[in-house]
Amino acid sequence: MSFLIALINGISLGSVYAIIALGYTMVYGIAKMLNFAHGDVIMVGGYICFIAMNSLGLPPLVGILLSVVGCTCLGILVERAAYKPLREAPSLAVLITAIGVSYFLQNSALLIWGADPKAFPSVANFPSLKLLNGQLTINAVTIVTVLTATVVMVGLTFFTQRTKMGKAMRACSEDKGAAQLMGINVDTTISMVFAIGSGLAAIAGVLLCSAYPTLMPTTGSMPGIKAFTAAVFGGIGSIPGAMLGGILLGVIEIMAKTYISTQLSDAIVFGVLIVVLLIRPAGLLGKEIREKV
Amino acid sequence: MAMLTVKDLNVFYGSIHAVKGVSFEVEEGEIVTLIGANGAGKSTTLNTVAGLLKPRTGTIEFEGESLVGVPAHKMVTKGIALCPEGRRIFQDLTVHENLDMGAFTRTDDEAAEMREVVYERFPRLKERRTQRAGTLSGGEQQMLAMGRALMSKPKVMMLDEPSMGLAPILVQEIFDIIKVFNEMGTTVLLVEQNARMALSVADRAYVLETGRVVKTGTGAELLDDDDVKRAYLGG
Repeated sequence: MSFLIALINGISLGSVYAIIALGYTMVYGIAKMLNFAHGDVIMVGGYICFIAMNSLGLPPLVGILLSVVGCTCLGILVERAAYKPLREAPSLAVLITAIGVSYFLQNSALLIWGADPKAFPSVANFPSLKLLNGQLTINAVTIVTVLTATVVMVGLTFFTQRTKMGKAMRACSEDKGAAQLMGINVDTTISMVFAIGSGLAAIAGVLLCSAYPTLMPTTGSMPGIKAFTAAVFGGIGSIPGAMLGGILLGVIEIMAKTYISTQLSDAIVFGVLIVVLLIRPAGLLGKEIREKV
Repeated sequence: MAMLTVKDLNVFYGSIHAVKGVSFEVEEGEIVTLIGANGAGKSTTLNTVAGLLKPRTGTIEFEGESLVGVPAHKMVTKGIALCPEGRRIFQDLTVHENLDMGAFTRTDDEAAEMREVVYERFPRLKERRTQRAGTLSGGEQQMLAMGRALMSKPKVMMLDEPSMGLAPILVQEIFDIIKVFNEMGTTVLLVEQNARMALSVADRAYVLETGRVVKTGTGAELLDDDDVKRAYLGG
């Protein structure tokens, strides 16, 4: 029974990683940059929802909605202000800028909301699900998390495979010059991807804070790094890869915590990543990129 | 007045002066070709007209309107399509999706209509419509690239080295298709290293050497020109 519980918790945590990893991987796919500030957008999403629910007394659903809208705007703003001017710059400059944005967001949060951890009220206010004569309890947050992640993944797959803008996004990821020749506005498409990624980060932030209810300015860092790992694990740039990588990473983490050691769980997670990358350098579902000479 | 008029175009790559005062005209309904050796500035000229590169000086006018400074993604709506060098089809998208991208600025109905035109012209693409474009052969990829450029119903189609890397029998097919596109009412601006084939389909041609236009005339005239024969037609 403890295995089943660990598996369910792992899938739940992994679903959050997957939602964050989707943002990482989509942005990487189109802008060829690692947006290390992505984790901090999660934190901003958490604070917006917290303020909406706690200080303004709004219902959870409105809080989530405000959080998504806020983070979407933040994502577009960050891209316009910090990354767009560096479109032609070397990737190292962009990477350093992303780290700079990350510190900027964390410290702005510190300035605005202070360093004290906030007790985040869960957005899922219904009783736990009891199965197998009460031996197996699945709490509300877990159910909401897994359901949300499923909706996000199905929605995103539909968007990228079936809609015109989704196809244009994939075309831009592959060849920006050729995409322009088709009449696709590359700048708009990149903004759209940042908007989607940041909106997803807001959802992840709310889910994460509901499951682990301490909210502070550094809340987003570790999940951000984990989700980045998940994206690499699944194959950076690949959308199904981010989903698979996220869920696997969550399951491995919880399994390691349950059966091996709580302290060592992160080391085990990153150890698995190293082994996978040694065997499959492009990640589980990543494509091998052949360098043209 | 010509449909497309390029005057005194100068384009630089950093400090390299790639196109030096190139001028040419394309009349509506014509096939015009720019021929020349590697590095003569042919592709640079096309990419500049398409808005992918910015000229240092010079004017580009299309239907009386200046194209200098118009971003590349707006060219399609003006009626200019470029089928780029090296095909640059979207490998991870299906054949069908590649064609849809060609009609990105068009409505779904217009796209469906043009897709039928393209599939009729290229039955092989129709057979492979659900296949990933990266799995097509070189010739099929070139046809896809041309079909994709046709999807926007361009007034002018610019083709950059469409015969590059293809077997001789396919080269003939590609040039036949160019003639068909032209007969359908599309004006064609063609850049080619295969000068013989290009001159044989072209109404008029310009010879480029190290960034300059050195000769111009009808396709037939240049096929008969001694200098052109010696330099580009192998004697």
